[in-house]
Parts: sequence; structure tokens; C-alpha cells
Amino acid sequence: MEYTLLILLLPFFSFLFLGICGKWLSHKTAGLVGTSVLGIVTILSYMTAYAYFTAPRGADGTFATLLPYNFEWLPMGNLHFDLGIMLDPISVMMLIVISTVSLMVHIYSFGYMHGERGFQRYYAFLSLFTMSMLGLVVATNIFQMYMFWELVGVSSYLLIGFYFTSPAAIAASKKAFIVTRFADMFFLIGILIYGYFVGTFNFVEAGADGQVVDTMGQICGFDADAAKFIPVALGLMFIGGAGKSAMFPLHIWLPDAMEGPTPVSALIHAATMVVAGVFLIARMMPLLQSFGTIGGHTVLGIVVWVGVFTAFYAAAVACAQSDIKRVLAFSTISQIAFMMVALGVCTELPTGHHHVGSLGYMASMFHLFTHAMFKALLFLGAGCIIHAVHSNEMSAMGGLRKYMPITHITFLIACLAIAGIPPFSGFFSKDEILTACFAYSPFVGWFMTAIAAMTAFYMFRLYYGIFWGTENEELHAHHTPHEAPLVMTLPLIFLAIVTCAAGFIPFGHFVSADGQAYDIHLDWGVAGTSIVIAVCSILLATFIYIRKRQPVADSMAEKFSGLHRWAYKRFYMDEVYQYVTHRIIFARISKPIAWFDRHIIDGFFDFLAWGANALGYNIRGLQSGAVQKYAFVFFLGILALTLLFLLA
Amino acid sequence: MTIDYSQFLSMSEEVSLLAVVLVLFIADLFACGKEERALACAGGDDTACGCPCGGHVRALLPVVLLLAQTIFILCNINTNAAAVSSAFGGMYESSGMMTALKATLNVGAIIVFLMSSKWLGAAENRIKQGEFYTVTLFTLLGMYFMISSGHFLMFFIGLELASIPMTALIAYDKKRTESAEAGAKFILLALFSAALLLYGISLLYGAAGTLYFSKMASMPVNLLSILGLVLFISGMGFKISLVPFHLWTADTYEGAPTPVTAFLSVISKGSAAFVLFTILAKVFGTGTGFFGLWSVGFFWIIVVSITVANLFAIRQKNLKRFMAFSAISQAGYLVLAVMGVTEQGMAALVFYLLVYLAANLGAFAVIHVVEQNSGKVGIDDYNGLYKTNPKLAFLMTLCLFSLAGIPPFAGFFSKFFVFMAAFNAGYYLLVFIALVNTVISLYYYLLIVKAMYIKENDSPIAAFTSDCGTRAALVLCTVGVILLGLVSAFYDGLSHLAGIAL
Repeated sequence: MEYTLLILLLPFFSFLFLGICGKWLSHKTAGLVGTSVLGIVTILSYMTAYAYFTAPRGADGTFATLLPYNFEWLPMGNLHFDLGIMLDPISVMMLIVISTVSLMVHIYSFGYMHGERGFQRYYAFLSLFTMSMLGLVVATNIFQMYMFWELVGVSSYLLIGFYFTSPAAIAASKKAFIVTRFADMFFLIGILIYGYFVGTFNFVEAGADGQVVDTMGQICGFDADAAKFIPVALGLMFIGGAGKSAMFPLHIWLPDAMEGPTPVSALIHAATMVVAGVFLIARMMPLLQSFGTIGGHTVLGIVVWVGVFTAFYAAAVACAQSDIKRVLAFSTISQIAFMMVALGVCTELPTGHHHVGSLGYMASMFHLFTHAMFKALLFLGAGCIIHAVHSNEMSAMGGLRKYMPITHITFLIACLAIAGIPPFSGFFSKDEILTACFAYSPFVGWFMTAIAAMTAFYMFRLYYGIFWGTENEELHAHHTPHEAPLVMTLPLIFLAIVTCAAGFIPFGHFVSADGQAYDIHLDWGVAGTSIVIAVCSILLATFIYIRKRQPVADSMAEKFSGLHRWAYKRFYMDEVYQYVTHRIIFARISKPIAWFDRHIIDGFFDFLAWGANALGYNIRGLQSGAVQKYAFVFFLGILALTLLFLLA
Repeated sequence: MTIDYSQFLSMSEEVSLLAVVLVLFIADLFACGKEERALACAGGDDTACGCPCGGHVRALLPVVLLLAQTIFILCNINTNAAAVSSAFGGMYESSGMMTALKATLNVGAIIVFLMSSKWLGAAENRIKQGEFYTVTLFTLLGMYFMISSGHFLMFFIGLELASIPMTALIAYDKKRTESAEAGAKFILLALFSAALLLYGISLLYGAAGTLYFSKMASMPVNLLSILGLVLFISGMGFKISLVPFHLWTADTYEGAPTPVTAFLSVISKGSAAFVLFTILAKVFGTGTGFFGLWSVGFFWIIVVSITVANLFAIRQKNLKRFMAFSAISQAGYLVLAVMGVTEQGMAALVFYLLVYLAANLGAFAVIHVVEQNSGKVGIDDYNGLYKTNPKLAFLMTLCLFSLAGIPPFAGFFSKFFVFMAAFNAGYYLLVFIALVNTVISLYYYLLIVKAMYIKENDSPIAAFTSDCGTRAALVLCTVGVILLGLVSAFYDGLSHLAGIAL
């Protein structure tokens, strides 16, 4: 497995090459270099996965954790920071997810970013991002993970702010960077506490005889005294994870981050970076199980409730959005919350029954995998649509199914997958999550099922709004939408095929809570309920949104009285739906939540910035330029210190 | 009484630096003797005005000599635990860590010399080019003595030798009012603080009956010694520019010529922080009753320094003033390493200084070269710099990212080690406050990045080619910003030396 090092090095060199020499390359060459390097990385990742999963299982029925590289990098007293590559089922799975989506985005960007200024820079940043994300998942220790975690933050900052001439993009990139760094601060404190009390940062270590030692497993055996602070550290790490994975109330950066180029949203805000928090929790799972209790509350319990609330909140807000990328953004938040909840409901990992205590772990990773594929597909599809109509607003769309058949079909497949309709992949993974939730508590189970129904509703609202409904004749008159070029539709087709097929992967054979092979079997009680509910939601959305509302025709109808009654009735019917959905559901529930989001949550962060600014302004008078005053303040300082010392 | 002159041999670092200063001093006499000649040079090139040494040689000589001296002291570095050499009855002490610090300061001085070469070669400065080098190196010599002192008087002499020539440097552009004003302000406040410091030392003498660091640890804790400690801390607070002893900083930084500001912000500050560490460890260390007192004192000083400086920095319009407040807040992090006076803290402090040196001097080199070529130092003037001078803007961004502590740049590691040291010493709350402040500092460092890359400007700073000296300085700083953190040898070496020193 020595070649795994190349998986990290190749994108890094491609970043350096494109970053330094990009200026002298044509757009085409730069794109080809970036894409072909990523192609090799993808092949290597697939080879790694194949070699890893086809190797014989160990005596206990699990896949061995491999440590192809690990070297001591910075020793610090008895602690040391290592850099290395660790292969275990979830990191190998992530390698596949990241390299696949990234490759698709690389290919797609050829068409989407065609002719943009800074095309080479864009590919350089994409390479950097991919390298950081890959480094994060193969980290052998929490510190390496943090290093790459921050690097992911930096490269996503660069990518969101790619259109650096647009003030909105700049504000968004800054917001994303600062909010996630605010969360990362807690992560770092968590790491410090962890290192201090545990004495090592490593997940695994190379043993004396070439064996891989499960350091984390040993930590689980710590006595209660030394372990007192580990839950606090884990809780702080979860805050860091919640920041990157956009959990409430740290989610505010994600919708704004949609200002970046759409392929970037597909890569970063759908498939890879935002699931880093989920991955972190999965990685720390053995510790969370062993000592996750702070003052009577388990950290996993907190994860569940934060996840449940975020899932509901984001789904509700998604119903009231008109910008298609924002709908997708809130849907991402909601889906990631599903994964978080699934991890949180893992109550008994090492010995738990597959279908009761520890199903959530497998379910969460499975959903991460399928979601990455279909959400990337949705974003890339949205990119094609935006490319065609030059707007993000649903009002500019409608009736596009005639013009963009490939985008239409692939988008529909993704919508069916996210809504949880068999045989698409989302059905299988979501079903496992719901089963795990029902095993945890019926309330959580039913609640999550209801949110799954909301998901189906808003996704089909989006779908009908884009591809059906009224065509925007005015816009289309001077610019007929057209299907995207092949280089953009190919990734769509590929991802659509994956979305159709991924559900049938025996995922439990590769990733499961205790590492042993596990056959996924559907709990038809849960599956049946969720299918029925999803179909009902889709029908409701169809009923409301499929029709053509034609305001121009309506006004014509008023003039021509024969058609008037028909027009009136239609209008009336629409008004009923309008009233029920918009006045009651949206205005009473979604709008206030959206308002709360914009004003209270956002406002709090704005207030912090404003406060710092205002305070800075008010204490400026101290710095007047008069030497006497300076000496006086100096003297006051001495006086204060003396008093402090005498009283202390 | 006879003096054993062989004792000077154990001061090889100071003696070799003095030799460098003298060689430069004498070379300057022959370099361009007559003022008229220098004035004749004003318009023409170097060969035409008849200087025996051309402009390039005059700029290169100090760099080469100082580099040779740095290599010399590094070759003789004392890595042996038993042999902390001392001379003159304990007035002078030297350990490997001190040598490492002196070498670090030398590198800083070399970078400052490199970045100022073109500025010094300009017509109005050529006549006093030699002074710049000798005066700068005299302050460096003062810092050497300060670092290696084993006695409060030795320390005070070193301190004064470091600060009085500094005034001359600040007022180097004597015809520019701001420079002269900055010099005047600096000397007035430096005298004020020096007088108080000396008063503090006299009180300590009263309390302990001796001024040898090694013999003062048994000093009783009473009003006399406490006041002495307070005055000592305030004097050092002035040098390191900690709140509330910092008020001179912004005006002086703004008025002084930019290379001098760079020197002041890194080298002068760094040496003082190290001395603060050693004296606190030796005289007011963990075993004494003073430890609890100054721990509380520095807790508040650090909190206030970092926070107040961050708040002021947000509002600045002038980049040099901005850097002044950034430097005050960085000083807070530097002193964070002093807390607990542990081995790890000492290694973290010197490493922080090394990294800060690369990042801050890099930023100042950009400011200086922009100022030289366009005369502009306002933050708004930097709007759109990326479009006209992309490389400079990029290097500036690297340096600012390092200052803000974003991985994988060196600044992240240095901050991390400082936090880790303070955390291990038990100052959890302080580490938390410092961490919150790093987020605020990210905000204002990004303001500069935003100005350079994003803001529109109708008349941006015109594109220009920077001179070789500045380029060399920038290359050194960039390499430092990138490699210091990633190559673990630096921190390893320092932590080994710290193990010996304490």
C-alpha cells in the first residue's frame, strides 16, 4: 500500500505546479493537468479500496487497520505529533467519495468555468482542496486531522471567494472562514485538553513488531480518574465538527457560501468538507462510547438533539427559499444532520446488536456515501441550469424540461433518491438511519420520518419549479435555454448511474460498527412507512406546483369573459393552496424560522463584530499623541500593578 | 588588583560583534570620506563619484560581516549542559540558548540591512549610511549584554546601550518632522521608564543586599522588594510595549523610518522578552513568594495587551500604526510563554520570536518597498495592490496569515507551542482568552488582505520592480514563514537548548 502516499502528493504537486506556472499555461492545459492528476488519484484510491477490501479479514472478522506511513514529525516533551496515512474502512470509503466527486467536479468545471478569468488559479485551488480533504480522512492522529482541517478551511475560503470582484462572494468567504474558525477554536482547545490528559494524539500507532496498535482502544481502558476530562475534550471537538458540518447555530455560513462557483458548492458544500464533522464524530466513536458523559448528559445525546433540531430547522427553511442553490444548501444541512443523528443514536458500539444499538454508525456512513453522490449530482445539475438561464432564482426558470432533457432526468433521479424512493440509493441509507432512530426512541424515529417527508416535499417543489410550471417567456425570448455541453452532462450521467446503483452495494460488508460483515436487511415496517410518506409528500408537491400559472393569461381572461370563470376558478384554487402553504406553513412556521435565522442568529455574530468595532472607536482618545499623557498612563499602570500585587 | 584578561575570551560573542562594528566604523571612514564627494554622488553613478568602495560594497559589507559573525557564534554554540560559562565573577553568563537567541537577532538585523540597502543608498542618506550600520549594531551589542547579564547593573547598562542609539535610529530622517518627533517622544519616555527601572533596581538592592541574579532568590517578600518588582516589570513592559506601557509604540512606529520600525518591532522587543523570562526565572522564580504576584500581574497585562491592541488595530488607517498595534498584541502572546517560566515556555518563546521575526520583517519589507516606490503607507492606498504588484501582495498575505496563526504557516506552530506551554503551566483561562483574540486578529489581518485583493481603486500603487536587497530579504522571510514550522529541527533544537538553560 506504499502508493497511497501518492494520493496525497499528486494533488499537492499539481497545486504547486498550477499555482506557480499556471500563468504561462493555457486554460485547456491547466485544466487537463489538474483533471488528469485527479484521474490518477481516483484510480489509486479505487486500487487502494480494492486491495483493502479484498484482503482477507483478521481472526476476529474485521478488516485490519493499516498504517502504510507514519513518521514522528514534531516531538514536544512526551507528546509528539505524527504525520502519516491510516487506512481503515471509513477512511478508505472517504477516499472513494472524495476522489470520485472531485474528479467529476474537475471534469464538469471544464465547461462551467469556461473562459473565466483565473481558470488556472481555480484548478490550483481545487487540487489544494482535494489534497487537504484526503489528508484529513487518512490522518493517523487528531492533530494531523486538525492541520488538514484548517487547510480545508483555507482552501474553501479561497474557492468561495473565487469571484473576488463580487462583494457578496467576498463577504461569504470571510463569513465561512471566520465562523468555522470560531468553531475550530473549541476544537483546538479540545485537542489541547485531550493531549494533556491522554498523553497521545494518535488514533493508532506502529507497534514494535510491525503490528498496528489500537491506541484509541487502549485509551478506552483508562481509569475513571484520568478520564475525567476526556468527555469535555470530546464535547469541544464536537463544536468544531458542528462548525464545519454546519449544525445549528453554526450553520449560518453555508447558505452564504453558495456565492462561490457552483461546482465548488458541489465539491465542498455537498460531498466533502461539510461531512468532515460527521467523519470526526465517527472517528472518535469508540471514545464517545466509553466516556461521553458530562454532568449526566452524554455527548452523543447532545449530538442527537442538535442533529434532530438542525434537521427540522433546515428542512423548514428550505421550504421557503426561492434561490435554487439555497434550497440545496439548506437541504444539505438537513441531510448532514441526519448523519449526525444516526451517529448519535449509536449507544452501544463494541458489543451492540447490529440492528439495535450500533446500526447508526453504519447507517450514517452509508448515507454519507450516497448523499455525497446524489447531492453532488443535484448541485452540478443546478449548475447546468444556472449556466442556461443565468440566474439562481426559480422565477427565471420553469418549463426547462423541454430544453435540458439530460439535466432534467438526472435531476429527477437525484430528487427521487433524496426523497427516499426505492430503488434509488437514498432510500436504502435513509431507511437504515430511520431504523436506528426507531431503535433509539420512537419519538426520534417518528420525528425524523416527518422530516424525511418534508425533504421529499421541498425537493419536488424545487424540481417542479425548475422543470415544470410556467416558463419565463420574457427571459427565454431573447435567450433560449439550451442543454449544457457534453463535458458537463457526462459527470451528471455518471453520478446518476451511481445514484441508481449505490443502494445495492452491500455496504455493511465494508463498514460496520464492530468491523464485522453485516448484511443490510430492510425493516419493512419502517421502510414501508417512509415510502408511503415520501410518496404522499411528492404527490402534494406535484399537486401544488406542477401546474402552469400564467399571470399574463389570467389578465387576458379578465378581459375575455368566456374564459373568465375558468381563469377565476383556477386562480381561486391556487389561492387556496397558496393560503395553506404560504400563509400557514410558510408564513407561520418557515418565515419566522427564516427570520430568526437572519436576525437573531446572524445578528448575534454581527453584534460581536460591531461591538469590537465600536469599542475600538471609543477608546481611541487614549492614544492622543501627547507625551505627558503617555507618561501619566504609564504611571497609572505602575500604580495599578502595585495595588494588584499588594492586594493579591 | 589585576584583571584576568582571558575572561574576555568567554565573551567571544560580544567581542566578535564589537570587532564587526569597529571594522565597519573604520571602513566607513575610507569609504566615502568627504561630504562634498558624497554630494557629488547625488546624481551620478558610483564609479563616477570616486568612492573607493561602490554603493553595493557599502551595503554588502555589513551583511557579509554580520553573517560571518553569526556563523562564528553558531559554530561555537554551547550545547553542553554542564558548561554554562560565566565571567567577571558572575556579571556575565552565557548559555547555548542565549547564543541561539543572539544568532536569531543577528538574522533579524541582516534582514533589516538587506531591506534598507536601497533606501540607504539614496542621495539624501548616502552620507550617513555608515552611521546606520554602526548605530544599529551598537544597539545589538547592548542587547547581547542585556541577554547575557548576570547582574542587574550589567543588565541596565545593556538596556541603555540598546535604547540610546535606538533614538538616533528613530530620528534618522532628521529632516522629516515625524521622524524627529518620534525620536523625541521615544527618548523622553525611554528615559522616564529607565529612571523608574533604575529606581526599582535600587529598591531591590535595598531588599536583597546584592544585585547578582544568582544570589537574589532568597530576597524577602516585603513592600520594598514588591515595589522593586513592579518597577522592573513596568520598565520591561515599556521595552516589550505591553499595555499600559505601550503608548509610545504607535507614534514611534509611524514616525520612524520603516526599517527602523521593523528593527524596533522584532529585535528590540524580542531581546527584552527573553531577558524578562530569564530574570523572572532566576530572581523571582517559582520557588519564591514573588511568583504568585507576578503571575497575577502578567495575567492581566497579557489579557489587556492582546485585547486592547486588537481593538485599536481594527480602527487604524495607517499601515505602520496598524503594525504597531499588531506588534503590541503579538507581544502579549510572546509574554504568554513567560507564564510559569517552564522549559517548554522558554523554547516556545524563542521559537515564537524566530517565527514572528520572519513574518513581521517580511510584512515590513513589503511596506518599506511600497513606501520607497510610491510614498504611500495608508491601508486604503493598498487597495488593488494585487492587480499591479501581485507578488508583493501575495508575500504580504503569507506574512499576515502567519501573523494570524493560520496553519500550515509557521505562525500557527509558534502560537500553538506558546499555548501548549501556558496550558501545561495551568493557565487555562488565559489560553482561552488568547485563543478568542486570535479569531479577532484574523479579522483585522484579513482587512489588509481584502484591501489588496478585493477593493477597487482608481489609482492603485503603480507596478514597480523591487531592488535586490529587498528581494533577498523577502525571500528569507518567506522561506522562514513556510519552513520554520514544517521543519521540526528548529523547535527540537530550541527545546534541547532550553532543557540545558533551565
